[in-house]
Amino acid sequence: MSTLSRDEVARVAGLARIDLTPEELDRLAGELDVIVESVARVSEIATPDVPATSHPLPLTNVFRADVPEAPVDRDLVLASAPASIDGKFAVPQILGEDA
Amino acid sequence: MSTLVDYDDAVDRYDTVIGIEVHVELGTRTKMFDGAEVTFGAEPNTQVTPVSLGLPGALPAVNATAVEYAIRIGLALNCSIAENCRFARKNYFYPDVPKNFQTSQYDEPIAYEGWVDVELDDGSIFRVEIERAHMEEDAGKNTHIGGSDGRIHGAEYSLVDYNRAGIPLVEIVTKPITGAGSRAPEVARAYVQTLRDIFRALGVSEARMERGNVRADVNVSIRPTPESVLGTRTETKNVNSFRSVERAVRYEVSRQAGVLDDGIAIIQETRHWHEDTGTTASGRVKSDAEDYRYFPEPDLVPIAPDRAWIEEIRAGLPEMPAARRRRLQAEWEYADAEMRDVVNAGAVELIETTIAAGASPAAARKWWMGELARTAKQQDVELEALPVTPTQIGQLQKLVDDGAINDKLARQVLEGVLAGEGDPADVVAARGLGVVSDDGPLLDAIDGALAAQPDIAEKIRSGNLGPVGAIIGAVMKATRGQADAGRVRELLLERIGS
Repeated sequence: MSTLSRDEVARVAGLARIDLTPEELDRLAGELDVIVESVARVSEIATPDVPATSHPLPLTNVFRADVPEAPVDRDLVLASAPASIDGKFAVPQILGEDA
Repeated sequence: MSTLVDYDDAVDRYDTVIGIEVHVELGTRTKMFDGAEVTFGAEPNTQVTPVSLGLPGALPAVNATAVEYAIRIGLALNCSIAENCRFARKNYFYPDVPKNFQTSQYDEPIAYEGWVDVELDDGSIFRVEIERAHMEEDAGKNTHIGGSDGRIHGAEYSLVDYNRAGIPLVEIVTKPITGAGSRAPEVARAYVQTLRDIFRALGVSEARMERGNVRADVNVSIRPTPESVLGTRTETKNVNSFRSVERAVRYEVSRQAGVLDDGIAIIQETRHWHEDTGTTASGRVKSDAEDYRYFPEPDLVPIAPDRAWIEEIRAGLPEMPAARRRRLQAEWEYADAEMRDVVNAGAVELIETTIAAGASPAAARKWWMGELARTAKQQDVELEALPVTPTQIGQLQKLVDDGAINDKLARQVLEGVLAGEGDPADVVAARGLGVVSDDGPLLDAIDGALAAQPDIAEKIRSGNLGPVGAIIGAVMKATRGQADAGRVRELLLERIGS
């Protein structure tokens, strides 16, 4: 059951901002297909009495109290910025998106 | 481009359906998933931790108070609270989202299926059905530099401040609101106003529109008749004042009617609201939900609110604003129309606090709905944004009640307070505005006025009290308004009687 087309891989790569060469697309379409097929086989085994599980840990309600902790020093924060101006990260112009 | 259709004409021929998404920033001390403290107006990038910066390896932890606030909101909006819900990653690339995803809720919101009754300007009630309320985090703040108007197009670069990144948000989504007809813009505005009042009553947010604590996205579609299938909708983003919400719906109805009249299909898209022109402009074409590639957040375990905890929160909910308004109206003895004006002006809390500071209900209403409402209108701001506190108005009225100043002087004192000259007592002292209560100077002024207008003085002496106003007026003028008119009248009558 082949499910993943080369076009779909190209689209997902585009959404993830990963630039792939045509050769890489060919190769990945095949490799990802193996993963999708493997997951599909698990779905076949799972019977309706097995609930869908998004988290493997048997835990809920892990909370943190609303208590402040020390922030990271700004000089340190901005030290990892490619560029900064007036205490802010400076990034290339953003066009064609929301304000 | 199609022309706008006159609004009345548009609603005669089309039925409007709206949907509103409201984001409210919760007033917790720290962020949704990390302990960075949140205070308004802090220096850029000083309220960040590795989590709010999205640094590799940083792990989120859910703020318990934010969850409690979200449940409070859900209960106040008559929602069911999920037995079990989880967070999800909404993936997209934008500099204000440092992780390249927003932690949100997708298929399992914490609250769902509720309703809220909204009071319209004429006092009628319109019920808005709530689809869901879910928890998420705010993004950082971008400033675009180099563009002609500071907005995004033509910007040469952008500056990012991550202080806001990670502040807890609750997003409340309505079901399609039908049946409002030509009043859809008013319903939209009243709905956002109602939510703002509820957030404040619940104590979950300062809910200040001008600070962006509450932000609305407005979906609008039109169709030939209420029986037709829903039209294609547009979503106007970040409409951040009550008036703009109303205007944005109105504008979109007119615009879409023009497009449909020309036989063109409406494009499903995001639009930007331009406050200055009162228009919307095309943004990007709306992404399919799958483009965000939502998936369950693996770093956070599900939330299963304990039923006893929910009931405890429910029991602790405060009086809701609508019930409170009815109670206050009775206490203050305002007529229906008076109370409605007060509510529409957003003055309920202001007047309540003013009364608590010692003013009578009538006096408090007079200030906020009179002089201050005019000033706010002139400056095009909400009443609460004026640089005067209810306590100061209470102090001002007390000075009037004590006879230290009269109404005319009080207006000058208010001017001083609004100009940042301090509390009313400071302004009175600094400007020398106290009422002349010493009878000596008043009698001098009365004698002067009588001497200056002998014919009027004669009439009054002969028992014709008609023209006393002219003399009182002259005395007020001579004392530059600083006399107590009542006392002047008393003294004048005594003078003539003697």
